[in-house]
Amino acid sequence: EPLGIGRAALPEEVAAWDVAIMPDGRGLPQGGGNVLDGEDLWIEQCAVCHGDFAEGAGNWPQIVGGLGTLMDDRPVKTTDSYWPHLSTVWDYVNRSMPFGAAQTLTGDEVYAITAYILYSGGLVDDDFELTHENFTSITLPNADGFFVDDRDDVELPLFTQEPCMSDCRAPVSISARATDIDVTPEFPIIRFTYSDGSAPAPAPTDTVEEASAEPEAAPAEEAVQMASLDPALVAAGEAAWRQCRTCHQLGDGARNGTGPQLNGVVGQAAGHADGFRYSPALIEASEGGLVWTEETLDAFLENPAGLIPRNRMSFRGVRSEDERAALIAYLMSYSN
Amino acid sequence: SPDPLITEVQPYASFLGEGVDATPYGMPIHFEDHVVRRNVEWLTADPISSINFTPIHALDGTITPQGCAFERHHSGAIEMSKDEYRLMITGLVDKPLVFTFGDLMRMPRVQHTYFCECAANGGMEWGGAQLNGAQFTHGMIHNMEYTGVSLRTLLNEAGVKPEGTWVYVEGHDASSNGRSIPMEKALDDCIVAFYANGEALRMEHGYPVRLVVPGWEGNMWVKWLRRIGVHDGPIESREETSKYTDLMPDGRARKWTWVMDAKSVITSPSPQVPVSHGPGPMVITGLAWSGRGKVTRVDVSVDGGVNWQEARIAGDPQSMAVTRFYFDHVWDGAPMFLQARAIDETGYVQPTKEQLRAIRGLNSIYHNNAIQTWYVNENGDAENVEVS
Repeated sequence: EPLGIGRAALPEEVAAWDVAIMPDGRGLPQGGGNVLDGEDLWIEQCAVCHGDFAEGAGNWPQIVGGLGTLMDDRPVKTTDSYWPHLSTVWDYVNRSMPFGAAQTLTGDEVYAITAYILYSGGLVDDDFELTHENFTSITLPNADGFFVDDRDDVELPLFTQEPCMSDCRAPVSISARATDIDVTPEFPIIRFTYSDGSAPAPAPTDTVEEASAEPEAAPAEEAVQMASLDPALVAAGEAAWRQCRTCHQLGDGARNGTGPQLNGVVGQAAGHADGFRYSPALIEASEGGLVWTEETLDAFLENPAGLIPRNRMSFRGVRSEDERAALIAYLMSYSN
Repeated sequence: SPDPLITEVQPYASFLGEGVDATPYGMPIHFEDHVVRRNVEWLTADPISSINFTPIHALDGTITPQGCAFERHHSGAIEMSKDEYRLMITGLVDKPLVFTFGDLMRMPRVQHTYFCECAANGGMEWGGAQLNGAQFTHGMIHNMEYTGVSLRTLLNEAGVKPEGTWVYVEGHDASSNGRSIPMEKALDDCIVAFYANGEALRMEHGYPVRLVVPGWEGNMWVKWLRRIGVHDGPIESREETSKYTDLMPDGRARKWTWVMDAKSVITSPSPQVPVSHGPGPMVITGLAWSGRGKVTRVDVSVDGGVNWQEARIAGDPQSMAVTRFYFDHVWDGAPMFLQARAIDETGYVQPTKEQLRAIRGLNSIYHNNAIQTWYVNENGDAENVEVS
């Protein structure tokens, strides 16, 4: 018997949240988008992680290619080599992408990006338009590449036999060691003290991760810089930084991620982070003399695409002037 | 000579310690600072969409403290208050409903202990021994006591229509990671949970509400549970097609590989906790679990699987929960090849790496439940090896 707890979900509420698309296309909104529009959106929103041609960048996923590699030593699993349903592409782009700005694309934009992915994989021509009407006419190459879990039939008969307890095999020897590959992060070794004095001295190879993280004394210059900043503003900026840290890093050991690391950004020429692949638009702005002053940063943070059209920072911007000032103060606290 | 720790008055035996107001909510004493989740940076592009590892090598018992239980996020751990929380049931139901957190607290409550294991636990080891430490090879698991509302109770409130054969569950976070679950499982033992180990869920585990899907892969345990859609088929989302499917040697892939098969690992000694004493009595201990039911037996071998002996199981094993085993051993100082082998109540015996690879090849990524080997040399140092 129902308890009568909860309230009826309103149609607008269901529409807002029930966005799942089924393999037969149920759930798709009306509309469409073409390859060319998709390419523009791709360059703007997706290429920073997935490459201009969906070939992938850094450790981020490659989206197309790899057809026929599923039996290789290193299979390349992409939308055209592995994904069974186009509905999954549409649904995932719509609900989860772009990374750090999910649910900001319109339905037509999702159609266009999906069309561009199909085009990049060579599955459609450049004049193709994907719509809710022709959606289910597209079959992905690996649609038949999946079968339902058969472990109960294939594995259980083998793995439910009475286990052997003695003389089960020939004496063993080492055939592979993790230390030969040497990709394990450093970790401390746990050792104890024993009353019989049997404990060997800790081996010189023992590693303690924390040992390498000794903070260096702050240079005097930095201390002066810090003193001139309003601590409350910096603290507010640190809170606002949450929305930036998906892509950007600051502080000791900051590295380029989705976006460049931002140590020392205030006062520097745009495009200053070594090794970061900036957009052509940002490089052009840098060559044109753009320097990240408090003023230019404020304009950029308010509307990234307004100051530098077609740059790759897919970020909606910060509307609040106070919040921008706080963010800039926070960035200055890392700019000595 | 006399031990000065005994013969001399120590500071803590003379001076005062901290008062009861010093730590209103305590952290472990600083000597245990090394018992933390660890990340393997090269595994993923960004820590926001990544996984870390439970320090299983440094824990004992069965319950994983929330503060060091592994995390997996697809778009970061989000902050959402109980007051902001909403849960919706939509689709093939008589009455689409919205619940608040308070609504859930008014419903009959259940409580169970279950393990949550990422399907990719051990995934880096398919091709060979790669990561050197139980934390890294087997740390994508935690085991907690959950309190919440049975998913069945919520579905009954909405009234599932006869054609509603699947549910699709998704989260509030920016990935809104979604998974399809057959109705039979949804009505069986799934819990919409809000407490773990007696306290509110931690942010990184889905505060205020996550789904618990006992015995099934951790990816289905959707955090920040937002919506339960009732459908007449699976959604075939990204997380159940392009990911969490098991590529087989013939280039085809298994899908819907939900159950986590029986598995065990010796947590100590292991590469992070070597044998730091000489020959003599020692404790070999570890964890065993099965998504098919209770662990009924764990065998331990010190010679790489030539001979096996039954370990002691601590406490009463519970279905689809982690079981602790102990093997009291007298070490002769010779090198050891330590292995453990779990057996569950269905008679499933944890397979060797050779057995698994013979069926699944090297590209499966997920569901590696093979027997692990630690080589312990004459100095007591332990390392991750494969044997032939």
